[in-house]
Amino acid sequence: MSENIRIDVPKDKSVGEGVWTTIISPHRGWLDWRLDQLWRYRDLVSLFVWRDFVSAYKQTLLGPAWHIIQPLLTTLTFTVIFGRVAKLSTDGVSPFMFYLVGTICWTYFSSNLSKISNTFISNAHLLGKVYFHRLAIPISVAVSNLITFGIQLGIFGVCFLFQHFRGGNIHLSGWIFCTPILLLMLAGYGLGGGIIVSALTTRYRDLANLVSFGITLAMYGTPVIYPSSSVPEKFHWVIRLNPLSPVFEGFRLAFLGVGDVNAAQLAVSFGMMVVVITVGLMLFTHVERTFMDTV
Amino acid sequence: MTTVISVENISKAYRLGVISGGTLKEDVSRWWARLQGKADPNLKIGEEHHARKMGQQFWALKDVSFDVKEGEVLGIVGRNGAGKSTLLKILSQVTTPTSGQIKIMGRIASLLEVGTGFHPDLTGRENVFLNGAILGMTKAEIRSKFDEIVAFSGIEEFIDTPVKRYSSGMYVRLAFAVAAHLEPEILIIDEVLAVGDAEFQKKCLGKMKDVAGHGRTVLFVSHNLSAVRTLCSSCIWVDSGSIRGSGPTSQVLDNYQRSSTSEVDASEAVLLEDPNKQFQVLKARVTKSSGELCSEFLCDEEISLELFCQVRQLVPGLYGYLQISRRDGIAVLESDSFDPGTNPVDGLSCGEYTFTVTLPARSLSPGDYVADFSFASPMGLSGHTVDNPGEILSFSVSDPNSRRGNNRRGFFGTLLAWKVSPYSPVLRTIVTETDVPIPVESRPNTSRGVNS
Repeated sequence: MSENIRIDVPKDKSVGEGVWTTIISPHRGWLDWRLDQLWRYRDLVSLFVWRDFVSAYKQTLLGPAWHIIQPLLTTLTFTVIFGRVAKLSTDGVSPFMFYLVGTICWTYFSSNLSKISNTFISNAHLLGKVYFHRLAIPISVAVSNLITFGIQLGIFGVCFLFQHFRGGNIHLSGWIFCTPILLLMLAGYGLGGGIIVSALTTRYRDLANLVSFGITLAMYGTPVIYPSSSVPEKFHWVIRLNPLSPVFEGFRLAFLGVGDVNAAQLAVSFGMMVVVITVGLMLFTHVERTFMDTV
Repeated sequence: MTTVISVENISKAYRLGVISGGTLKEDVSRWWARLQGKADPNLKIGEEHHARKMGQQFWALKDVSFDVKEGEVLGIVGRNGAGKSTLLKILSQVTTPTSGQIKIMGRIASLLEVGTGFHPDLTGRENVFLNGAILGMTKAEIRSKFDEIVAFSGIEEFIDTPVKRYSSGMYVRLAFAVAAHLEPEILIIDEVLAVGDAEFQKKCLGKMKDVAGHGRTVLFVSHNLSAVRTLCSSCIWVDSGSIRGSGPTSQVLDNYQRSSTSEVDASEAVLLEDPNKQFQVLKARVTKSSGELCSEFLCDEEISLELFCQVRQLVPGLYGYLQISRRDGIAVLESDSFDPGTNPVDGLSCGEYTFTVTLPARSLSPGDYVADFSFASPMGLSGHTVDNPGEILSFSVSDPNSRRGNNRRGFFGTLLAWKVSPYSPVLRTIVTETDVPIPVESRPNTSRGVNS
């Protein structure tokens, strides 16, 4: 890793081997992630975030209000279809609040995953012309989605207070202090999964089509619109195997006071997330070097 | 002088054909077969030996090595497809070499195009920040140079307008302005000068000269040889993936030009018809005064440039422009259709016409020339340019008859009259010292040309 460290060399000194700031060579280790370099591109990350945020709502009538309208519409749809028509259990919580938490969290995960999956393909024109740390793109996506998540959490707060004063059966729990960890895990899965897919799509375009379908399918395999307690005994293994389940149950436990999760499950899920991220970084690093030749 | 870039035996191979076949199934079956030690099942029979070896590969670069010293402005020239861009891509870390190594000392920034990452919906101001950051500047750096950048681009009034409403010229100006204010220790530039109008190009060239003058190390790839000549102290000539020549600019460029002279040899050009154009040059020829097609002239012959044009729609204000330049890009002669006094091209009604421009005998010195035509009108439908066929004709001029012959340098082939008259001191004294006019004798008839 020594070649990545930037050393300021006094100009007048005659220099020999070992003071080169950059060495370009054909091979690069699977673990050579150069995360230290990423720090240099923090301004770029923040500008990417800002670009995504600003450009998304140029020439729209309602502008950033869409951040609020979208989850509300989805939640209303879910409330009508899953709550009223299908009459799914919501653990005794107001269905609207139940679906709102699920929608907000799922949106954060799925929009990260789907957008990051396209990192290489949709930024090929940029990546083919300039070098910057390639991870700047996925990270900026995760950050700009985090802003959206923050705004939507604000809506939840408003709805929560409204329900609370009307005497609804909801309350925050002590798990609320775990929110940063839960959020980190949600972001980690979206980012890790996204960079794995993005690395593979440079070779197999088929995967890109699979992702949007897979995300929809995954939503039904994760306790997003139903509590895991309502799942029939014989399907419990699906929920138990799904590393995202504890995260969603955890979010609901924190914000609505109902949820079926314990610390051990969360710890296992956290470990899984670390594995996903590691595999993602390895693949990403491997592909990043030469993807311009194959895209 | 310190070496700041050391390129050691760089090679780059591209696989030809469809990469990986595109589907997972083929890759898996190939991988499975390899594990079992069998031949690749996806190959056609007889292909076994070639596919994984040399046959399917194309070496864009082969064993390229060179060093760049601190403060050096190095030009990289070569034909299209010679490997220049691949070299720059590797240096910019956009892709990696297949073998070899490059060592770089200092912050490096590359400009492989202008306006990388411009977002059409964002305003000029917003894009300056975005583009600057993509090119490697920090926000603070951009903020401190922002006014300079805007002033250089010359589009102050439009800085808060989304760039999608910009004309292509404005877009390029702003983009170049950002790039011009990068301050890395090493700068890699690819063809960015080929943008904007002539005036802006001059400004860009000036800025680049500035950059080069400040001890910055610059790698400059261009087809504009006169720009390379003015900017670069040394040069590398890349040809089919390897270095064919390197050294002082003038020496390398002379060799390069000598090898490529025979390439653009067009005494006749036929252009693709574009029915959307109001006016178009369809065909162009270089002919002798007899009308015979010719590409090699004697200085003593007239050279006629003929254009067959079609007017599909009356273009008010139409005028033609011709530039004749030497092969090294230096303009020798400019002309436009206003030259005869009144512009004969203006206001032509629909139909087909032949325009002929004739260069009188002995106007050009011996050498190779390119003729560049364009037609414009201040009232054209799609901007100023009406039809721009560009450098469509070329011809050479030689001078076997005069004594100086093909060694004659300079721009003109004109034979000047050298007149001689007897020196008369009496005449001079009288004229200057007295006021009495003395009748001058009839002119001496001794004048004669040196070469005649």
